[in-house]
Amino acid sequence: MLEIRNLHARIAEDGTEIIRGLNLTVKAGEVAAIMGPNGSGKSTLSYILSGRSDYEVTEGDILYNGESILELDPSERAAKGIFLAFQYPVEIPGVATMQFLKVALNEQRKFRGEAELSTPDFIRRVKEAAAKLQINPEMLKRPLNVGFSGGEKKRAEILQMALLEPKLCILDETDSGLDIDALKIVSDGVNALRSPDRAVIVITHYQRLLEYIVPDSVHVLYKGQVIKSGDKSLALDLEANGYADIIDAAAA
Amino acid sequence: MAAVQETIDQVALIDVDQYKYGFETTIEMDKAPKGLSEDIIRFISAKKQEPEWMLEWRLDAYERWLTMQEPDWARVDYPKIDFNDIYFYAAPKSTPGPTSIDDVDPELLKVYEKLGIPLREQEILAGVKTSKIAVDAVFDSVSVVTTFKEELKKAGVIFMSISEAVREHPDLVRKYLGSVVPPTDNYYATLNCAVFTDGSFVYIPKGVRCPMELSTYFRINEKGTGQFERTLIIAEEGAYVSYLEGCTAPQRDENQLHAAVVELVALDDAEIKYSTVQNWYPGDKNGKGGIYNFVTKRGDCRGNRSKISWTQVETGSAITWKYPSCILRGDDSRGEFYSIAVSNGYQQIDSGTKMIHLGKNTSSRIVSKGIAAGFSQNTYRGQVSTHRKASNARNFTQCDSLLIGDKCGAHTVPYIEAKNSTAQFEHEATTSKISEDQLFYCLQRGIPTEAAIALIVNGFVKEVIQELPMEFAVEAQKLIGISLEGSVG
Ligand SMILES: Nc1ncnc2c1ncn2[C@@H]1O[C@H](COP(=O)(O)OP(=O)(O)O)[C@@H](O)[C@H]1O
Ligand SMILES: [Mg+2]
Repeated sequence: MLEIRNLHARIAEDGTEIIRGLNLTVKAGEVAAIMGPNGSGKSTLSYILSGRSDYEVTEGDILYNGESILELDPSERAAKGIFLAFQYPVEIPGVATMQFLKVALNEQRKFRGEAELSTPDFIRRVKEAAAKLQINPEMLKRPLNVGFSGGEKKRAEILQMALLEPKLCILDETDSGLDIDALKIVSDGVNALRSPDRAVIVITHYQRLLEYIVPDSVHVLYKGQVIKSGDKSLALDLEANGYADIIDAAAA
Repeated sequence: MAAVQETIDQVALIDVDQYKYGFETTIEMDKAPKGLSEDIIRFISAKKQEPEWMLEWRLDAYERWLTMQEPDWARVDYPKIDFNDIYFYAAPKSTPGPTSIDDVDPELLKVYEKLGIPLREQEILAGVKTSKIAVDAVFDSVSVVTTFKEELKKAGVIFMSISEAVREHPDLVRKYLGSVVPPTDNYYATLNCAVFTDGSFVYIPKGVRCPMELSTYFRINEKGTGQFERTLIIAEEGAYVSYLEGCTAPQRDENQLHAAVVELVALDDAEIKYSTVQNWYPGDKNGKGGIYNFVTKRGDCRGNRSKISWTQVETGSAITWKYPSCILRGDDSRGEFYSIAVSNGYQQIDSGTKMIHLGKNTSSRIVSKGIAAGFSQNTYRGQVSTHRKASNARNFTQCDSLLIGDKCGAHTVPYIEAKNSTAQFEHEATTSKISEDQLFYCLQRGIPTEAAIALIVNGFVKEVIQELPMEFAVEAQKLIGISLEGSVG
């Protein structure tokens, strides 16, 4: 589903290279975890996958379902099924969460040549998805992310994901700022979306999340490269021993 | 009003550049020669079969105007207006004045149909979730038709063109005309007094709640014409009325002048809610053409516990010079000003309000949302003052500006003057930009740039949109989106 080949990317403004020859393949149905120390380029990778213009790809390619997406703008990528749950969800003052969801859903449908969803249909879908994530319907009337607690923001991200039904889900530190109960709810939400035609990339620092969302593969990102890949035991190993050994081994 | 919601769709079909109302209509016109003189004023007055006092009033104003200077304090810049190159009177030939709808030139009806204005009462009534709205349509210099007259009459409400009112209700007009904006007030207002051609007149008798929204649509059609409308609204003791005003003009290369005067009078316990969606042609993307909109709007809270509320959505005009104001004369009276001013391209807006606290325990509230894009300049200019005797005056002002791009400007110029120590004034101002983070977040959810900007901007102005009557709110939101098209490269 996703194939990243020898990707090099830099910050457009000052030319600093952040991603330095990154290779990664994620198959349909797979859950891949990306781990790595702070500042290694995990969030940057998620932005580049979703097409943020602050970064320039200088070398390599990103194939999504076999086709390069480098020329697509972010909204086209989104409509084609790439979803990013932000590490820091953005506040949109004055725009009710419900309204935002409706615009997003209908814009994606329009792009794909599908008819707009009727309002009752839409409301029913939102309410169902919200209930599963134990989101109070009152919250949907509030402006998106404005005054939401950390946990509410993360839940709202997963709610959007559930509604938009993307094919490639990228979760950037969705577990940060969640207490254990919220973590379970969010993980259940993600697990419910697991399906043979959908891939999930989970970016996290902690093994804890991976106990609930059990990954098929684990990749260690360091200085803009994947320096080690393995199965879920790699995460346990990192938890016990830290990154130092792996980083040293890669440098050697 | 279903028909208003359709306005955008219908007009979208007429695909003209960015400005979607820019079609011109070929209707035979009856025009006075270009330029301004005593003779022209006599001509206008005679055309309208006005009584002698009305002509005298106009001529006095004209004499006064000749001695006045064009103001230059606003933050707008334009070449000198040649008042001898303007037609001061143009009327569709087939309609010398208001008539029953059946007598109106079908071509003219088509124009309003294109604009989505529900002139035909049966059409309005046929609309499914339609609330009833009475419409007065002003085409260039004359009012062509007013709807729902009979029904309003039953309630005792007078709603007609001002020309008609001058003839039919001379006592009321004489009593109130110029009592809020005196003929000597300012250059454009004085000019308006001399040459005003038409507009609406509303009178709500004591204790009556007007049974429907009243609305006027203004359209400048004829090339080189100025539009000088005059609106006068009087709410007697305990009366209530909500009045809506909509404006459009076709796309033209040269600038056209629009200089209106609106006067509101609210007596004891009366309330007037005045909403405007102004969409005059703003000029093309290089700043060519567009309407010069120099307007004087003022409400007089003459009675105790009276209330006047202005809500405006300004998206059009090349230049806007406009300060809807409230004189809080009655004790415990209240004035409100809610404004959204969107500028794009080379538009220049200098707009705001004046709240003049004269009575005791008066309060006012100002919420202004300015959005500047392209190469435009957007200035909020507001004055809040209290008279020496106006004890316990309160004002809250909130002025927010949003910038889109880095070639536009937003400016806030507040004047505050408190001559009474019990006054409590609060002023908050912010300037922000649509952040890259917000934009990217929306894009990532599949919302394309222009829709994302429309969404973010509509969130920014929400507080004001909520003040609009429902039917107008939908139209206004779409208009804001349309006006900002092309604002981000
Ligand atoms: N837009 C940017 N401007 C400046 N520095 C950036 C930008 N984006 C990323 N960086 C830098 O790139 C490195 C990787 O950041 P990031 O991808 O956020 O790391 P991670 O998510 O793995 O903690 C950091 O040093 C960060 O400061
Ligand atoms: Mg990060």
